[in-house]
Amino acid sequence: MLRGDFDPPYTLQEGNDEMKSNRWKRNLPLHLMIIPGVILIFLFAYIPMGGIAMAFQKFIPNRGLFGSEWVGFANFVYMINMPDIYDVVRNTVLIAMSKIVLGQFVAIMAALLLNEMRNRRVVRTVQTLIYMPHFLSWVILGGILVDVLSTNGGIVNQLLGVFGIEPIFFLGSNSWFPITLIASDIWKEFGFSTIIYLAALTSINPTLYEAAYIDGANRWKQTLHITLPGIGPIVVLLALLSLGNVLNAGFEQVFMLYSPQVYRSGDIIDTMVYRIGFQDFQYGVSTAVNLFKSVISMVLIIISYRLVYKIANYRIF
Amino acid sequence: MVEPNSLSRKLFHAANYSIMIALSLFCLLPFIHIWAISFSDSAAVNGGLVKLWPVDFNLDAYSYILGDSKFGSAFWISLQRTVLGTLINVLLCVLVAYPLSKESTHFPARSVYVWYFMLTMLIGGGLVPNYMAIKAYGLIDSLWALILPGAVSVYFIVLMLNFFRGLPRELEESAFVDGAGHWTILFKIYMPLSLPSIATISLFAMVGHWNAWFDGLLYLNRPENYPLQTFLQTIITQPDMSKLHDVSQMMNVTTRNVKTAQIFVGMLPILLVYPFLQRFFIKGIVVGSVKG
Repeated sequence: MLRGDFDPPYTLQEGNDEMKSNRWKRNLPLHLMIIPGVILIFLFAYIPMGGIAMAFQKFIPNRGLFGSEWVGFANFVYMINMPDIYDVVRNTVLIAMSKIVLGQFVAIMAALLLNEMRNRRVVRTVQTLIYMPHFLSWVILGGILVDVLSTNGGIVNQLLGVFGIEPIFFLGSNSWFPITLIASDIWKEFGFSTIIYLAALTSINPTLYEAAYIDGANRWKQTLHITLPGIGPIVVLLALLSLGNVLNAGFEQVFMLYSPQVYRSGDIIDTMVYRIGFQDFQYGVSTAVNLFKSVISMVLIIISYRLVYKIANYRIF
Repeated sequence: MVEPNSLSRKLFHAANYSIMIALSLFCLLPFIHIWAISFSDSAAVNGGLVKLWPVDFNLDAYSYILGDSKFGSAFWISLQRTVLGTLINVLLCVLVAYPLSKESTHFPARSVYVWYFMLTMLIGGGLVPNYMAIKAYGLIDSLWALILPGAVSVYFIVLMLNFFRGLPRELEESAFVDGAGHWTILFKIYMPLSLPSIATISLFAMVGHWNAWFDGLLYLNRPENYPLQTFLQTIITQPDMSKLHDVSQMMNVTTRNVKTAQIFVGMLPILLVYPFLQRFFIKGIVVGSVKG
């Protein structure tokens, strides 16, 4: 990915002291440019990272990070002994994985089917409609879901009533809530992934299809032996990159839609971190749970970056 | 290529078009339903008569919103945040991406800086430490609490620096020969050539700022400081409307009417920029995710 090196005029003679100071002078503007970004990242990313120390404290805001009592791993012990932590971890992984797997499946199917369509205008219209929800916030989509899924006159239950089905508590029953989360996440995001897969599909060399056609392969055989291998690498790439998201079940969505009666099936690590921190004001425990999550996520991200680099020769920077 | 025109092929196309149209409707119909409710008479809404077209068309809900000073001020705060936040995002992104697009051989500090920014993608402080930092800086209840923490987006920087790297090197070389410095090269040569990328990033940033709501909930204590999406969040998740509307208004307009109208107004700016989004996003996304 690094381009071939070239020598700009100012470094023609390396090693010479005068030239080195010259280079420093040349590069000074580069440092000046990057400084504002460096300062902001320091204030809003690195200082909070120092705040992770709270995970090992009984943190009291008035006393600050340096005045609060150190408690070692007590917060983590407390976390393991919380009765609902196992439910929460299980919900998180289950919801996140289902969203990733089903979402990608729907997106690949949609891309394959769109790729078969010959009417360009229909393809464009379908694309326009399916990735619009991606650009809307969970507040908007959550508001819409609350309205259409309501058991009190919501249109979905009205429609089910026509078929004689009893109203379903999509957002209030523990068996339906995770399904609602997964389905509505696919509604919001599958169009976005479809674009990526469609781009990969259109970059497949059309002469391959022509050759296969002449050799007598039908459309199904062509899909099986040309199209699928053609998008294989991008599927693998995206699958590997999503590894870091196994513990991200979608905070904003769950926070918008959940309620105490569905905590058992829908509470996730992030919403729990929020409640422990900002409703129970147990800052230390909240930070500890968050740290537990970020350490696992970080390990997964590093593994996925390494695998991606090895397998697909892809680098983030 | 010649398409075989067999019966099975025709059947496949019929099925395919039906599936894709059904999928599109699945995405579209909820929005139409919400739109129809917002323009309907409250009695029809309560009676469950509104499906996909307004019944007894009227603008009560919208005239109510127009007279609601809380909604108006939240809209104004969102607008300020979006404009100011986007400008800062884009400026910082360009200023960081340019030095990072240089080769390490010529800008030895590059690798240090790359690590410095990269690390923030791997780990963050988390909810409570972030909140405590914002509090320590005295930014609680300030608009800056919504702008500064996300002002430097490493994701945008990666997109931008990859674009800068795609520009021909001869441009920079010849500018150096002519005596230009890095500032001149960035603002007079690179930026004008990068307008499509800058447009993409600006749109990303605008949508991000307009849609953000959780930071408002976290960092702003006083509801009168909420941006629109945070304001909407509190309305949607708190069914207790008595706090938000005086009784006389409740006589005329159902809460469902007003809610849907507010949702509709909340997504209107996104719908307005959507055609542009579509054009730039596809390029940006594809460059960002399939780059080799």
